[in-house]
Amino acid sequence: MATAAAPFEDTIAQRTLACTACHGSQGRAAADGYYPRLAGKPAGYLYHQLLNFREGRRHYGLMTQLIDPLTDAYLLEIAQYFSNLDLPYPAPVPGQASAEVLRLGQQLVMQGDASRKLPACVQCHGQAMTGVAPNIPGLLGLPRDYLNAQLGAWKAGQRRAHLPDCMNTVVARLSLSDINAVASWIAAQPLPANTRPATALPAWPPGMDAMQCGSAPVPSSLPGLPGLPGLKAQK
Amino acid sequence: MKTWSRIAWGFGLLVVCGVATVGALNVQDETDVKTTAAFAPSDSLIERGAYLARAGNCMTCHTARGGASYAGGLGMATPFGTVYTSNLTPDANTGIGNWSSAHFWRAMHNGRSKDGRLLYPAFPYTSYTQITRADSDAIYSFLRSQPAVKQPNRPHSLDFPFNTQAALAVWRALYFRPGVYQLDASRNAEWNQGAYLVNGLGHCSACHAPRDVLGGTPDRLALAGGLIPMQNWYAPSLTSPHEAGMQQWEIENIVGLLRTGVAPGASVSGPMAAVVTGSTQHLSPPDLKAMASYLKALPAANVPHQVAAVPRPDGAVFNAVAAAKLYEQHCAQCHGANGEGIAGAYPPLAGNRAVTMKSAVNLVQLVLGGGYAPATAGNPRPFGMPPFVLVLNDQEVAGLITHIRTSWGNQAGAVTPLEVNRIRGGHAK
Repeated sequence: MATAAAPFEDTIAQRTLACTACHGSQGRAAADGYYPRLAGKPAGYLYHQLLNFREGRRHYGLMTQLIDPLTDAYLLEIAQYFSNLDLPYPAPVPGQASAEVLRLGQQLVMQGDASRKLPACVQCHGQAMTGVAPNIPGLLGLPRDYLNAQLGAWKAGQRRAHLPDCMNTVVARLSLSDINAVASWIAAQPLPANTRPATALPAWPPGMDAMQCGSAPVPSSLPGLPGLPGLKAQK
Repeated sequence: MKTWSRIAWGFGLLVVCGVATVGALNVQDETDVKTTAAFAPSDSLIERGAYLARAGNCMTCHTARGGASYAGGLGMATPFGTVYTSNLTPDANTGIGNWSSAHFWRAMHNGRSKDGRLLYPAFPYTSYTQITRADSDAIYSFLRSQPAVKQPNRPHSLDFPFNTQAALAVWRALYFRPGVYQLDASRNAEWNQGAYLVNGLGHCSACHAPRDVLGGTPDRLALAGGLIPMQNWYAPSLTSPHEAGMQQWEIENIVGLLRTGVAPGASVSGPMAAVVTGSTQHLSPPDLKAMASYLKALPAANVPHQVAAVPRPDGAVFNAVAAAKLYEQHCAQCHGANGEGIAGAYPPLAGNRAVTMKSAVNLVQLVLGGGYAPATAGNPRPFGMPPFVLVLNDQEVAGLITHIRTSWGNQAGAVTPLEVNRIRGGHAK
């Protein structure tokens, strides 16, 4: 699992074998569904999650303990390494959800529900659901169990982000059956030909206020790192 | 009747004397906190205080995970319950905004809070008592210069009788005597500075001295190694040649370990990684050299290397073939087919004292939880060890560690699945 026989090379891949032991070779995700894919996710998103684990906004003891002694600069480098990996995705696993559940899921993901002030998922995560660089993750290629666990954790206050925590606002408006519908539909979707994150957010529909989402600034000691054009708050 | 009365009087007198002794010991060497000196710290004093706060690693404990720096709230699990660190920011109501430098000194030197309460020695005033008033005032000035954070202190959650001031007074009468470090004229200035830092602000004995059943460290200065309560990491002896004694090390390597977290064939992990991250990597070269000189000069303990019988490969407890196969599959790529390691990346396992010392709890911790050496200016991009808590069961971990402890010339005791299981309980939560 952790160690395929390969000669030692001083590379960032070698230095992050501690990550890929659980997250799969090159961060392709573990088979069990609970250690998500890292490869190709936006660098800012990965960096924020590392900070969130270290600072108690996400909870998994093994993860926190592992990254505790590392600096922001090194965490950013690790985030950028996994972000820059362009690897093929596996085909989605066929789900067991009913057509009715999938219909609700699709509607919430693609249109949201204006009556509940619930924005569509694609409003922030990109029309192709492959995320928006640098901070917003894609939704495809994640198993239903993982999506359910994360949305559930958000609803229970066990997963948080930098303030203002827009995902917290969104998930608070979802019922548990909404969450299951969204997770079931997303997990069943195939990846598009271009799996890279979009570079700009779609415009918000008229009459709906754009959500404010927080993020951590890149440490001022690390100016101009390539591939990460400013981790500023998303507007 | 008369006899009974005499016994009662005698007993009563004993109690009174006992209480008086405990009481007297608890106010020994206390300053008058009513005297108020003008408080106008210079920038250089604040800067000096910031440096000393690093040497004392104050922030690591007085900051909750993800919380405001120095605002307290971190829970410290002890065998007697959980102690929550206090708010050291200058907020008037919840922090130390209303403390004078004398109050702060009394906390550092005597372990007594502003309101007169005795403090729990999870705050290591048993060590900090050694620092000078000038250094205490510098730290005070630095803390007062920090942003005020309004965050009420969380009450401790301790079991009876440990939650009483009386119990604390007795504990202090047994284990605590206030006293500033006294220069040893028979030693040079560097050694004395090292002793001052190691035994004072460095509070190395908080982990590296053995604790008795009441959590006391009666032989604090010996640094003979101790199991850190609740965390289940072993802080190795700094005097034993079979553990982490540095009597045979080059000074520059001791300095390097404290400054960067790594030295040839060694790296820090677990709680010591937090010490390097929060404290020693920030210390000046002369101070690190002083600490190294003091540690190197600690008298080497004359203890035989305790070798437990190497278990027979009877299959049930230790299957040597299976363990060797696990090693080849999971460990050899980085640590080498013969435990030789890779210089600059992965420590050797053959002849490594961290592998062969009597206590194997750190090895179990590392195999289960993995870990990185601390990222420091001198070692900014450390290599990592993967966690195996989800991959290997207790039997496999025990076999693997026993294999490592008995191969390539290593002659250490076996580890049982039960020992692994006890530590596994603290992982994968």
